[in-house]
Amino acid sequence: MSLLLQIIARPSAAFGLFIVMLAIIFAVFAPWLTPFPPELQMFDGLTIEGAPLPPGDVYWLGTDLLGRDLFSRLVYGAQTSLIIGIVANGVAVSLGALVGVTAGFLRGWVGTILMRFTDLMMAFPALLLAIVLAALFKPSLWIVALVIAMVNWVQVARVIYIQTVSISERDFIMAERSIGVSARRILFRHILPHLFPTLVVWATLGIATTVLLEATLSYLGIGVQPPTPSWGNIINENQTYFTSAPWLVFIPGGAIVLLALGFNLVGDALRDILDPTLKGRS
Amino acid sequence: MTGYIIRRFIQAFLILLGVSFITFVLLYLVPADPARQIAGRSATAQTVANIREQLGLNLPFYEQYWRYLINLLQGDFGRSYLQKTQVGELIASRLPASLLLMAAAIVTELVFGLAIGIIAAVRRNSILDRTLMVISFIGVSTPQFVVGILMLYLFAVKLAWFPIGGYGTFQHLILPSLTLGVLGAGWYSRMMRSSLIDVLNQDYVRTASAKGMPRLRVIFRHALPNALLPVIAMIGIDIGFFMSGIVVVESVFGWPGIGQLAWQAIQRIDIPIIMGVTLVSACAIVLGNLLADLIAPFVDPRIKLK
Repeated sequence: MSLLLQIIARPSAAFGLFIVMLAIIFAVFAPWLTPFPPELQMFDGLTIEGAPLPPGDVYWLGTDLLGRDLFSRLVYGAQTSLIIGIVANGVAVSLGALVGVTAGFLRGWVGTILMRFTDLMMAFPALLLAIVLAALFKPSLWIVALVIAMVNWVQVARVIYIQTVSISERDFIMAERSIGVSARRILFRHILPHLFPTLVVWATLGIATTVLLEATLSYLGIGVQPPTPSWGNIINENQTYFTSAPWLVFIPGGAIVLLALGFNLVGDALRDILDPTLKGRS
Repeated sequence: MTGYIIRRFIQAFLILLGVSFITFVLLYLVPADPARQIAGRSATAQTVANIREQLGLNLPFYEQYWRYLINLLQGDFGRSYLQKTQVGELIASRLPASLLLMAAAIVTELVFGLAIGIIAAVRRNSILDRTLMVISFIGVSTPQFVVGILMLYLFAVKLAWFPIGGYGTFQHLILPSLTLGVLGAGWYSRMMRSSLIDVLNQDYVRTASAKGMPRLRVIFRHALPNALLPVIAMIGIDIGFFMSGIVVVESVFGWPGIGQLAWQAIQRIDIPIIMGVTLVSACAIVLGNLLADLIAPFVDPRIKLK
């Protein structure tokens, strides 16, 4: 609770939290907030020439190239972004933490193998790897989430590994080992709690990265597949209209930026609050 | 030092070997039949079988990989399935365009990133500082394709200051390099700010100010050189981000580099090209990281390589 108050006390973080909450509300209550079903092609949704309608009274943000209501698609797109953001990043952080803690706590050959493998994964261009993986599997919502997790866990593993090693070498851990405290107790009672702040920060900041990667994959046409709306694939579908109907590209684009910004702002504030070594820096 | 470098090169070689193996496995699993693709739809089963034999696609997996590896060590990336050209030549002909784009993006991110970071640090906690930091946060929160389309819309379509895409002149370079550099500029400005604030809090900076040295001289002669080094040392690590970024930026602007080559190859499942570009990118990333580590002791003499 005090953490929440500390976040709200910072104007930029409060703004970030507001955006995130708004996106969550949109995603959860999408069926009640949208005037039209997102996949319905409206009879009067296109001009006589077949062009998308500009923002107006009936279609608040206009319609897309198939005459579907942009606002409704945008609201449902929040669902896609958040589901992938939370699931993919959750898997990435869990996997990264598991690998990092195991390697850092056990060291030895297990640690060496795990960390050499993460080195290997670091050498892949992330987007290229994601594209190849997405092309390999038939991209559904969950596959896209999994692909992103497969790419993003590496950073977490590195950071957690370094922290685990540095904590295990501190005097208080040494003292416990010398009085015969079991490895399990040391790990769960004394090392993991120290890693918790880092994990919380990554769990937030990582969602921003994930939202951006999902948008990019969907923009390239290998992420979430239409007709399921995703902000990235809305831009992909409509980009041929970007000179005559720029709102079809820039409104979803703005939504992506806002959501990523929201998670970045909250994550940055969490880092300041949770990491005492950074206190007084700014 | 020499021992360290040799060890790192061996490590780099092993990493690249691993990358080649993983990529090969992934592409082996792609549900597409390259022989059928090359032969075309109307080819007979016999033709397809011949092509399969010719390319060694009928061999067991490990033999295919071994053949690829042996050729690779002789500098042969294989032939493109669809373009019927050597992949090595294709990459070599496209690499200069990508390198030019990346060099211009480094200039972009340093110029904007450092300038914003320095101003923010010097005017710490002012409204200007907060505004600049919000802008840098927006920079790191914007996907590159959105930046690219926005640049195209504003500066190529509406204002018509720059060409809408393509390659050749300095004019063509501006928008793609700005697009590729925005993300980095956001990160650099934040790093520059915190690095300079750190240094400005040091005793020797206070001493310099206490002696009555003008503020600008304190900042530019005493604080900045020390604050700049750790930031500059990050350029090596940027290579990895660029290798991802060029796939998007080159496809938005029609820039004929290896990013576009990779993207086209992925859409057509032209496996030798995907392999080749992945390996070249991995090579660049590994070298970039090595460079960053080698520079580190010069930046901060307290760091010892071991």
